[in-house]
Amino acid sequence: MLSLISTMEGNVPRSWTPGMPIVSLRDVRKFYGSLEVLKGISLDVRKGEVICIIGPSGSGKSTLIRCINGLNGIQHGSIRVEGLEVNDPKLDVLALRRKVGIVFQQYNLFPHKTALENVMLAPLLVLKEPRRQVEERARELISKVKLQGKENSYPGELSGGQQQRVAIARSLAMCPDVMLFDEVTAALDPETVKEVLVTIKQLASEGMTCILVTHEMGFAREVADHVYFTDGGVIVEHGPPSELFNDAKDPRTRRFLSQVL
Amino acid sequence: MTQVRTETGNARPAQYALSGVSWYHGAILLLGFVIVFAAVHLNSREADATNLSALDTLSLWLPFILKGFGLNLLMSFLAMAIATVLGVALGIAQVSQLGVVRVASKFVTHLFRNAPWLVILFTVMYLLPVEATLWGGEKVIIPDWIKATFAFSLPVMGNISEIVRGAINSIPTGQWESAEGLAFTRRQTMVHIILPQCIKRSIPPWMNWYALLTLATPMASILGVHEAVGNAQAAMEAGGGRPEFLLPFYLFLLCLFFAYIYPIALWTRKLEQKYAVSH
Repeated sequence: MLSLISTMEGNVPRSWTPGMPIVSLRDVRKFYGSLEVLKGISLDVRKGEVICIIGPSGSGKSTLIRCINGLNGIQHGSIRVEGLEVNDPKLDVLALRRKVGIVFQQYNLFPHKTALENVMLAPLLVLKEPRRQVEERARELISKVKLQGKENSYPGELSGGQQQRVAIARSLAMCPDVMLFDEVTAALDPETVKEVLVTIKQLASEGMTCILVTHEMGFAREVADHVYFTDGGVIVEHGPPSELFNDAKDPRTRRFLSQVL
Repeated sequence: MTQVRTETGNARPAQYALSGVSWYHGAILLLGFVIVFAAVHLNSREADATNLSALDTLSLWLPFILKGFGLNLLMSFLAMAIATVLGVALGIAQVSQLGVVRVASKFVTHLFRNAPWLVILFTVMYLLPVEATLWGGEKVIIPDWIKATFAFSLPVMGNISEIVRGAINSIPTGQWESAEGLAFTRRQTMVHIILPQCIKRSIPPWMNWYALLTLATPMASILGVHEAVGNAQAAMEAGGGRPEFLLPFYLFLLCLFFAYIYPIALWTRKLEQKYAVSH
């Protein structure tokens, strides 16, 4: 009987329809030991939306974004991605991660593989697609991130900005529905930040659902549909960028913005 | 005074930091060999006509000793192969997510790492059966040198297990995370991402253990295995067991092992430096 019920619960994902939020967080709480880093976060992201999460260091932004693809577990609340319940112990984690791509601050490319191999590896191993098809797509993605000619370069031979663009292409090769960007420009030299932001902007304009944790306020203002300001593990304030950046209501938001703008 | 010495010592760390071998160590040793051999040769001129000189006895028995050295090499290759296969498996098991596997493999690793080689050698000798039954039912006597080979592989296995565990743990967690983010299974991550990156950083210590293993193989002579040292001792007996044999015979054995191991040590040091820089 118990297994029947769990199967029913397992079917819940199919109830998701395109009109609903593609990512939906409800009262998410996360603890590191007794330290509560996320204190009841709720937010919705619709398909094709670009969401920026801003806030001071240590406010739980990165933790939040890493919970969405299950890299960090949560202790309370619900995270749904296309109807998949991330907080379900019976969750098919691999199915979730095929839907959600993530790009990290430190790129984390595989140093023993060329740029092209980095992009090809996951579709070959995880999606088990034929090599020819994967290679074709990988080459397209590499030219999309403006790295033609670097296919056979190893990560060690590329600049930070180039590595980060390979990381974006690598994530896109899995054809995700949602892309997470965890402070992807924070480790870059100022002159290479722009090339990465251009890539993300292009992606956003093509309708990719993007959730970004960023310190680039100008960029957030430009590309975001909705901006969330977090502090101390809670969402203090959120709204369209024009509203949040020009007319913040909470004094904490105003103080933060006056420091970074 | 001490302060000054420390400072000069620190000034050239690259030369002493690693395994500490240089080409001139080899040159000094070679010079020593030449001088001793010359001295022995001059002495033996005075030996009487009925007895062969030490050097003549050595050259008479040279093929026999070299044949024994061939067995040393064979044992070292086989033992290293066994140790590598078992050690890598054990090392991976040490980072298993299953607690039972982790604890068991740690126990085996440390048991063999911390036991004297000679004790392991005797234990294996007496634990392994004299005969093995083949699939066809016929019985074959297990040669002592095979038993010894297996015994030598065990401590090296334990050390390779630790090398592998250390290498896996030295891979940045970001590698695991990005593989996880791409929906790799743990096994796929291990096989395609983590282990390939471990190979390079494991090769120098692996070669070091090969050298130590080869140097340990003469221990098998205690158990009557006909390797180089055992054969040299037999040759000295056959030549009359005169005390003046000892120095040239053992010096020759020293030369033999040195000539084989020394280039490996130099090469290992080179790789260590190269990987320490490029990493």
